[in-house]
Amino acid sequence: MCHQTVCLVARHLEAHGIPTLALGAARDILEAGRPPRAAFVDYPLGHTAGKPFDRADQRSVIAGALRGFETLREPGGVVVLPNQWGDDAWRTEATSTEARDTRQARDTTPQWQLAADREAARAAGIDV
Amino acid sequence: MTVRYIDTIRRRYEQLGYTPYRWYVADDAPPWQALDKPLAQARLGLLSTSGAYAVGQRAYHYKDDTSIRAIPSTTPPADIRFSHITENYLVDAKRDPETIFPLDTLRELREEGVIGALADDVYSCMGGVYSQRRVREEMAPAVLAACQQQNIDCALLVAM
Repeated sequence: MCHQTVCLVARHLEAHGIPTLALGAARDILEAGRPPRAAFVDYPLGHTAGKPFDRADQRSVIAGALRGFETLREPGGVVVLPNQWGDDAWRTEATSTEARDTRQARDTTPQWQLAADREAARAAGIDV
Repeated sequence: MTVRYIDTIRRRYEQLGYTPYRWYVADDAPPWQALDKPLAQARLGLLSTSGAYAVGQRAYHYKDDTSIRAIPSTTPPADIRFSHITENYLVDAKRDPETIFPLDTLRELREEGVIGALADDVYSCMGGVYSQRRVREEMAPAVLAACQQQNIDCALLVAM
């Protein structure tokens, strides 16, 4: 869903004169939404900017994606990054078609990561 | 084998009796605006759909929250938090935000001259909005207006 949102926002920014590059890990959603420029990294969702605690990998993903601003010349072009996650176990989970819905309840109030964040926002003058 | 998310999600939800979601499928060529300078001289903006917020800001809702947050690009990773309708993808990001919100990485690339400059504020949203109309009519114009204030030359959009 986030990939779809990125495609729609990228198209809007680009149409108003801002060159964009959409970096994503869901290739089929990027191909359906056709943003002006895209970079695909074959990592599990939630890790689009690189492996956790691996700064060399994070730099390589982001720098590799940004190169697309200079190498992609046609609308709809996709840079396929060479980065490899290594262990393929995540694909079993990602491709399971077992009936399930992993989304959170559709709450209509802010959902703080930490209870202390709510107090920090209140202290900053935000109505929580 | 590249994961095909649209098919997988459709089959999961079919078994739950949900109406199939109608994904956005572009039927026209994307717009195009060339970057008119080298990346090493360009001022870059960032949008992350991961539901990132900085300590002191309001968290996101889990229901069609189309709001955005302006996060100062000087914010350390330790002050980045997340709230997102698909929290299950954020287990690692809550330990190392750079895995989905590459602010420190971009600061490094700026110091090395890979990019010319970074916007003063970068942006986040909670990308799990199911209404394409609301993304088009509410979120996209808000991101555009925000980016225009930052005088950026180009923008990196990181999807979760």
